Amino acid sequence: MLRYTIHRTLLMIPTLLGVAVLVFVLLRLMPGDIVQLRFLMEGGQVSPETIAAERARLGLDKAIWWQFYDWMTGIFVGDFGISMWTGRPVAREISSRLELSMQVAIMATVLATTLAIPLGTLAALYKNSWIDRVIQVFAIAGLAVPSFWLGMLIILGLLLNFGWIPPLTFTPIYEDPLKNLSQLIWPALAVGYRYSAVATRMTRSTILEVLQEDYIRTARAKGLYERLVVGRHAMRNAMLPVITVIGLEFAFLIGGLVVTEQVFNLNGIGKLFVDTVTRADYTMVQALVMLVATFFILINFAVDLLYAVFDPRIRYR
Amino acid sequence: MQLASRFELQDSIERKCQAPKTTKKQPVTREKGERPMRLQYSVFAALCAAVALASATADAQTPKRGGILKFAVSAEPPNYDCHAATSFAFIHPVRPHYNTLLKFDEPNYPKVKGDLAQSWTVSPDGLTYTFKLKPNIKFHDGTPMTSADVKASYERISNPTGGAVSIRQAAYSDIGSIETPDAQTVVFKLKARNASMLTNFASPWDCIYSAAKIKADPKFPEKNVLGTGPFKFVEHASGSHWVGERFADYFEKGKPYLDGFRAIFITNAAASVNALQAGEVLAEFRGLSPADRDKLKAALGDKIVVHESPWICSLVVTFNTEKKPFDDVRVRQALSLAIDRWKGAEALSKIALVRHVGGTLRPGYEFAAKEAELVKYPGWGKDINKNRAEAKKLLEQAGIKDLKIKLLNRNVPMPYTPVGIFLIDQWRQIGVTVEHDQPETRAYIANLRGGNYEAGLDFNCDAVDDPNLQLAKFISADKSPINYGRYNDRKLDDLYEKQNRELDNKKRYELIRQFEQHALNEAYSIPIVWWHRIIITWKQIKGWYMSPSHYLNQDLQDVWLDS
Repeated sequence: MLRYTIHRTLLMIPTLLGVAVLVFVLLRLMPGDIVQLRFLMEGGQVSPETIAAERARLGLDKAIWWQFYDWMTGIFVGDFGISMWTGRPVAREISSRLELSMQVAIMATVLATTLAIPLGTLAALYKNSWIDRVIQVFAIAGLAVPSFWLGMLIILGLLLNFGWIPPLTFTPIYEDPLKNLSQLIWPALAVGYRYSAVATRMTRSTILEVLQEDYIRTARAKGLYERLVVGRHAMRNAMLPVITVIGLEFAFLIGGLVVTEQVFNLNGIGKLFVDTVTRADYTMVQALVMLVATFFILINFAVDLLYAVFDPRIRYR
Repeated sequence: MQLASRFELQDSIERKCQAPKTTKKQPVTREKGERPMRLQYSVFAALCAAVALASATADAQTPKRGGILKFAVSAEPPNYDCHAATSFAFIHPVRPHYNTLLKFDEPNYPKVKGDLAQSWTVSPDGLTYTFKLKPNIKFHDGTPMTSADVKASYERISNPTGGAVSIRQAAYSDIGSIETPDAQTVVFKLKARNASMLTNFASPWDCIYSAAKIKADPKFPEKNVLGTGPFKFVEHASGSHWVGERFADYFEKGKPYLDGFRAIFITNAAASVNALQAGEVLAEFRGLSPADRDKLKAALGDKIVVHESPWICSLVVTFNTEKKPFDDVRVRQALSLAIDRWKGAEALSKIALVRHVGGTLRPGYEFAAKEAELVKYPGWGKDINKNRAEAKKLLEQAGIKDLKIKLLNRNVPMPYTPVGIFLIDQWRQIGVTVEHDQPETRAYIANLRGGNYEAGLDFNCDAVDDPNLQLAKFISADKSPINYGRYNDRKLDDLYEKQNRELDNKKRYELIRQFEQHALNEAYSIPIVWWHRIIITWKQIKGWYMSPSHYLNQDLQDVWLDS
């Protein structure tokens, strides 16, 4: 297990390096840069000398490989750089948004798993019954409806019926839990619904598959209660792909709520992503991509380790 | 009016309007000639009602102290330095912390009035501007503001050092020296006359900084907010909001009326309109689309006030004169003649924030062409069939058949996309095929600046009406950083210089007409339509005045909230 953990940890390095090279190059393939945007997007008679001086100040006049070297050496000493747009440390800009994004992701995950596992199991156990049909409709609708659109409907529903919308600025849960929840419960619902739909369908299909296995037939032949057959034998084995889906969805939620965060005006990582890409804030985009990539890798790793917990046949060496 | 005196006035009205006391037992007797008591009461009641009505009207207009103004800002400032800023996203949250030497008289735009300056004089030769500052002005850290701070701030704008960035150096290039004979007096001596100088001194970007702070660190204002303005800086939560609180030692006694303000950054337009509708914010000061206006009006009725004005922003088509066939004036003229600006503006105004037909200057501005003059310019005549016939003839003379153009446009839906589609349709009517290229803003600007385009839907937006600012789009590329047409035209440069030096408004007007006639005849950059600014504020916001610029009237000094 230890050897496996070390091996996987070491594998993270080339993966992240590949991501770093890719994002660094792709960002610079597009014409234009942050200086032109900052000074010229609303007009303004800025002299070419001022633009050149600002580009030099931000290091954009250096050779591309030199810029990459600067960035990499910074990362190795834990310095992700300064945002080209705000002039503040990138780590500070990200950390101020991470709390919100993490909370939405956790709330959506809790909501999704609380709904998906019982519903998916029920649908599998009552395959082709009206229960299965209702759950299937619920799940397919969840997959078909984009979460940002559901978010818009929620906002409009609240606005037109109660003349109220969720708070526009974030209050941490430890400061005012009610205000915090009144802001974040709605995006968590909008995102959690789609998330639960994916997990419900996955749970249903894996349980159906597991229920056909020999060891389930053996358990039933032994005369075990159906509750034990499903709970102890079927569920445990069926959960492996479900955990993978939940893990990947959770990682996606950290930085992927691009449109939903805009709809609810949430100051999270997804909105920051959009803002910084639009502004061509290279240092910020690079740091965000690295952050999300790291999340994906770590969550994948955690999911792999969880496999061993759920399935005793899996042993890492 | 002060709060105390308002209460005193109300109290005195109430006392005067108390009815005279009578007792039932007393017989009602009348002397000869005495008016009956009922009539006396009626007259008295009528007088009281009139006084009460007048008092109520006066009371409704009497500013009230207190409250936090919450408003939406659809973008966020990159840093805190006025001298390096260009965006409304900067002005809306930051301007309430600062003062400028002069500012625009809000209800009487474009008249200027003193902000930090109490009075000023201009020498008859137009070369010396002397400003007397108001007394007892303090920075938010308690230090006094003097003429030395004004001098240091203007030196930083006109000649930045130590890594400071100033993007309006050109506007102050005529300043020869700045003198401070005493702590309350600043004298600007110009090297040459400049007809726009007074307007420049009222620019909302020219914040006055502490001389001591910028001497210690010329880049101090980039990351710190320290002004003399009506509101002190409290907090900037990146990506979320900006907070200011009332500056108790503000030099305008009794002002500001608000306890503070909270600017909330809402980048999504629909979210901003929803926030307005829910009353989570009471205003958005940049501008809304006609559809948003209609939606809010239908939902909120008389709870809101709709303010509308022409906007100092125009959409122009710029042709890359280095690319064929746009080096041929006949082709450019033909493309200008094909556009029905009058009908187009009317139709577009229903779906986009554009409305006005104009030339190089904002319609309605004192130096702008009147309609009778405008219709004489090629492409501005109202007989579109005649214009298009001429356009076709010009293309034929230029030997152009089946012209295909790639129109570079900005991927901003309002108002760029509808105007781009309008142009495609207009040019199609003279047989020109257009490919609509809408990259994101970054690539759009890079392509415009780099000459990587054929025809581009460009914009010309400024903080104030000023020929020097708006006409700079049209002068030679080697003199103007915003000429993307890549041409040099010395006649335009000469006329621009002449109007800049002409202090007689009538003569300046004539020079501007000559400039405009030549620029629109050459059709390097052709104005299409001018923007129309629509602002919605909740009814309780008082003391805010609409202007044709989203960069003006944002110090919030006179704004107050009615209950």
